[in-house]
Amino acid sequence: MIGFEVETLIAILLGVARGATPLVFAAIGELITEKSGVLNLGVEGMMLVGAVSGFITVVVTGSPVLGFFAAMLAGALLSSLFAVLVLFLHTNQVASGLSLTIFGIGLSAFFGLGYIGTPIKGLQAIHIPGLSEIAIIGPLVFGHDIMVYLAFVLVAATAWFLGKSRWGMILRAVGESHHAAHAIGYPVVAIRFAAILFGGAMCGLAGAYISLIYTPMWAENMTAGRGWIALALVVFATWKPGRALIGAYLFGGVTILQLNVQSLGVDVSAHLMNMLPYIATILVLVLISRDETKIRLNAPACLGKPFRADG
Amino acid sequence: MIRIEPRLSPSKIMVYGAPLLAVGLTLVAGALLFGALGYSPTKSMYLFFIAPISDSYGLTELFLKATPLTLCAVGLAVGFRGNVWNIGAEGQLTMGAIAAGAIAVTWHDSTSFLLLPIMMIAGVLGGLAWAAIPALLKTRFHANEILTSLMLTYVASLFLGYLVNGPLRNPEGFNFPESRMFGDAGLMPLLVEGSRLHIGALIALFIVLLAWLIMSRTLIGFQIKVVGLTPLAAHYAGFSPKKIIWMSLLLGGGLAGLAGMFEVAGPIGQLQPVISPGYGFTAIIVAFLGRLHPVGILCAALLVALSYLGGETVQMELSLPLAVTGVFQGMLLFFLLACDVLINFRFVLGSKRKAVS
Repeated sequence: MIGFEVETLIAILLGVARGATPLVFAAIGELITEKSGVLNLGVEGMMLVGAVSGFITVVVTGSPVLGFFAAMLAGALLSSLFAVLVLFLHTNQVASGLSLTIFGIGLSAFFGLGYIGTPIKGLQAIHIPGLSEIAIIGPLVFGHDIMVYLAFVLVAATAWFLGKSRWGMILRAVGESHHAAHAIGYPVVAIRFAAILFGGAMCGLAGAYISLIYTPMWAENMTAGRGWIALALVVFATWKPGRALIGAYLFGGVTILQLNVQSLGVDVSAHLMNMLPYIATILVLVLISRDETKIRLNAPACLGKPFRADG
Repeated sequence: MIRIEPRLSPSKIMVYGAPLLAVGLTLVAGALLFGALGYSPTKSMYLFFIAPISDSYGLTELFLKATPLTLCAVGLAVGFRGNVWNIGAEGQLTMGAIAAGAIAVTWHDSTSFLLLPIMMIAGVLGGLAWAAIPALLKTRFHANEILTSLMLTYVASLFLGYLVNGPLRNPEGFNFPESRMFGDAGLMPLLVEGSRLHIGALIALFIVLLAWLIMSRTLIGFQIKVVGLTPLAAHYAGFSPKKIIWMSLLLGGGLAGLAGMFEVAGPIGQLQPVISPGYGFTAIIVAFLGRLHPVGILCAALLVALSYLGGETVQMELSLPLAVTGVFQGMLLFFLLACDVLINFRFVLGSKRKAVS
C-alpha cells in the first residue's frame, strides 16, 4: 500500500516536470526578447506552429531530434515575420504580436489537419543503468526525458548570458535605453532581431515538447493558453531566469494537481478543475503587479517602445 | 536602395488607402497560397469571396455573421483608442451567452414577450461583469489586462462546458452536452423569413451609430482619444485614466455579452459547449481593419464575415480545412499593420544619407 503511494507520488512529481518544461522554454525565450525591449505577444501562435511542425517532422522522419530542430526553425521563421513588422515597419508591438498568434493558430490548424489522430512514438525518458534504479531518488533525479534537463541548462545559460557575458549586457542595454545603446554604436535593430528569433525558436521548442512528449499527438489549439501563461510567467519572474524556472514548476504543479485530483478520489467536475492554471495565473499576476514600483524597476525601460535610428 | 522616411504630416489618403491595400495584398497572397496547394487560384478565389454571397440566402448569412463581429469590435475599438487592450471579448461573449441562456433554459416554457428583453439585459450584464474583473485588477492592482482578460476567456469557456455537462444539461437530451432548446419566446424574431438573420442585426446597426455619436460628439469620447494619443496631455488635462479603463472594458464587455446573447438566442437556439468560432478574437482584426471607427468597423465586419463563409465554401467544394479562414484573417491583419506604415512614413528611392539598418 505504502509502496503504491510512493509510486503515485513519484509519477506526480515526474508529471510536474513535464508540465513545467514547455513553460520554461517559452518563458525563457520571451524573457530574452523582452530584455531586448520587444514585447512579442505571439508566443501562443509560435508554440502552435512549433508543435505542428515538430509533430509532422516526426511522423515523416521518425526522428524526435529532427522534430525539435524543425520546431525551432518554424518558430524562428514565424517570429521573423513579427521582427520585420515591428523593427523595420515600426508597427504597434501589441497588435503585431496578437496577429502573430491569430495567424499561428490558423496556420497550425491548416497544416495539422491531416495529422489529427496520427499516433507517434513519444520520446522516452532516458535510462541510466544503475542510477535510475536507485529507490525514489533514482527516478526523480535521473528518470526524466532529456528536454527536462536541457531546460535547466537553458535557464543557467540564460542567467549567465544576461548577468555575466558581454553580449548579454549589450542586450540589456538595448532594452533599457535604445537611444543610448545606439549612440555608443551598438546595432540596436540587429540585436533585437536576434532576440526575437531566439524567442521564436524557444517557443517553437516549447510547442514541440507538448506535441512530442507531453501528449504525443496533434490537436488544434493543443497548447491551450500555455503561451499566455508563459508571458505571465515573465512578469511573475520580474525578468529573472531563475524565477521563471521556479514559476514554471509552480504552474507545472498546478496543472498536474488538476489532473490528479480526481484520481485521488475527490469528486469535482473536470471542467472546473481545468480552470485552475488560468485562475492561478491571474492570482499570481495580481500579487506580483500589486507593487507597481517593483515592476517598474525590473521591467526593461524600453519594453514595447519602437526605435528609429534617426528619429 | 529604398529608405523609409517619416512624412511631415500623416497621409490622409493612406489612412483609408492602407486597409484597401491590405485587402488587395491578402487576395494576392491568398491566390498564391491556393495555387501553391495545387488549386486553381481563380476558381478558389471565386469560391472563397464571391460564391458565398451570390444568392440572397448567402447575403443574410453574411449579415448574420457580421453582427457579433461588429458588436465586439465596436466595443474593443473604444478601448484600443484609449490604449486599453481588452483581448478577452471571446470570454465576455461566452459569459453573455451563458447569462442569457440560463434565463432562457429556466423559463423555457414562458410565452411572455418580456423574456427576450430580459435575456438581452442578462447578456449585457454577463459580459459586463466578466470585463469588470480585468478592469478591477488593472485599476486596483495594475495587473496587465491583456493577460487577465485572456485567462478569463479560458475560464469562461470551461464554465460553459461545465454548465452544459451539468446543471444546464438537457434532462431529455440523452446525456449530450447541450442545454434544452429555448422556447419560442426566448428566440430572436427573424428579419428575413426562411433565413437565420434576426433583428439583432438591426440593433447592431443602431449601436454602430450610437458609438459613432459618443466617440465624435461627447466629452468621454474625446477623453478616450486623448488618453490613447498622448497620455501625458491627458494627465495634465486631468482626465482620469482609471475612468477610461473602466469605461472601455465595461463597454467592450457589455457589447460582447450582447453578441453572445444574439448567437444563442439567434442561429444556435440553445447552449452548446462551443458557441462562437472565435468572433471575440477575430473582432480584434475587425477593429483595426475598420480604423477603430464604428462605421469603418461595420464595413470591416462584413468583409471578415465573408472570410468565414468563404472558408465554409472552400471546405465543402475543395475539401480544404476550415482553418484556411484563420490563415486569411491572420494575413489580413499582418498586411494591414504593414500597410499602416505608409500613413506616417514613405518609401524613398536612393539614399540622401547613409541608410541606417
